[in-house]
Amino acid sequence: MLDPRLYNLNAEVGLMAGDMIVQLVMFLILLALITKFAWRPLMNVMQEREQHIANEIDSAEKSRQESERLMKEAQDELKSTRQNAQQIIEDAKLTAKDQEETLISEAKAEAERIKQSARQEIEQEKERAIQALQEQVGTLSVQIASKVIEKELSMDEQEKLINEYLEKVGESK
Amino acid sequence: MDHGSPTVEDVFGISWLDFNLSNVLMIIVASIIVFIIAVIGSRNLQRKPTGFQNFMEWVVDFVKGMISSTMDWKTGRQFLPFATTLLMYIFIGNVLGIMFMVVYDGDLWWKSPTADPGITLTLAVMVVALTHYFGVKIKGGKGYLKDFFSPIPILFPLKIVEEFANTLTLGMRLYGNIFAGEVLLALLVSLMASGALEAVAGFVPMLLWQGFKLFISAIQAFIFVMLAMVYMSHKVSSDH
Repeated sequence: MLDPRLYNLNAEVGLMAGDMIVQLVMFLILLALITKFAWRPLMNVMQEREQHIANEIDSAEKSRQESERLMKEAQDELKSTRQNAQQIIEDAKLTAKDQEETLISEAKAEAERIKQSARQEIEQEKERAIQALQEQVGTLSVQIASKVIEKELSMDEQEKLINEYLEKVGESK
Repeated sequence: MDHGSPTVEDVFGISWLDFNLSNVLMIIVASIIVFIIAVIGSRNLQRKPTGFQNFMEWVVDFVKGMISSTMDWKTGRQFLPFATTLLMYIFIGNVLGIMFMVVYDGDLWWKSPTADPGITLTLAVMVVALTHYFGVKIKGGKGYLKDFFSPIPILFPLKIVEEFANTLTLGMRLYGNIFAGEVLLALLVSLMASGALEAVAGFVPMLLWQGFKLFISAIQAFIFVMLAMVYMSHKVSSDH
């Protein structure tokens, strides 16, 4: 049924030097051409892509670090600002306290002064009142005396005499 | 169905220079297809890849993974174009035999180029020769020779044998897998061609085998390149 020659298909063919040479030469030519026209550009592109991706990763890493640095900076700034504000508030508080104290002490001094002057005034008033009283008493006593004595004692002499007495009284006191 | 080979013998009167024209044809076809795929895939290259460029980059990345799994990427990166070309060439070569076979005038013209031992052995020899070349280039002549006597000098004969065994197995593994696949495909085709009943009976196995052969094509291309890189790493990396 089957052609027996099928079993030894190609079997009568030994190693043919011509085939081998053709194979070798053709393969070398193919290798050279395909490397020049296909593999070289293809590998270049693949390498370039690799490079590109590596660069992208690098730059992403760099910008991440940069942003981290910026964030830290901003945080530091915020912190220092907050500290500054705190300082200012504290200072203001201190100043206010100082001022308050000064004000109070000034007010106290003022009050003291006012009290003092009031006291002085009172003293003066008193003195003046006493003087007025003395004068009054003088005139009164003169009138009383002139009424009583009805003598030609002049007004001037009268007064001089009374003053004399009064002074004596004051000295003896 | 007569499957002969379109051979030309003693070209230019040189007694050893024989050509199997179907192999020559298929080598050229596979090379052109690989070249076209690669060039289309790397046209309009953009940083943000679209469509076919994605696929090509996936292939390159895949090979990159293979290389870095066997050796340091710093030394391995120079093999990337070679390994990628090898992978695509072998895969395309393997797949070419799945789609159809063209028999013209009693000769088998269209088949996998990798279904020929001479071609796979050529590739294997090329790979091993390159490993020696880069071994000398990267480690220097002294370091390269020292590797044959390490870890112990008594292994030297084994190391020499290993080189030839590596070459032979690398080429023969690929050839055997692809050739076996082609033989079975040819058998199934001739079965289906022999009658209506047989055609119905052979339909499902044919489909399955074609799918499986596609899988084998990919796996063998992967294994070939992987082993090439493993051998390469044995020669170029200083720590095993």
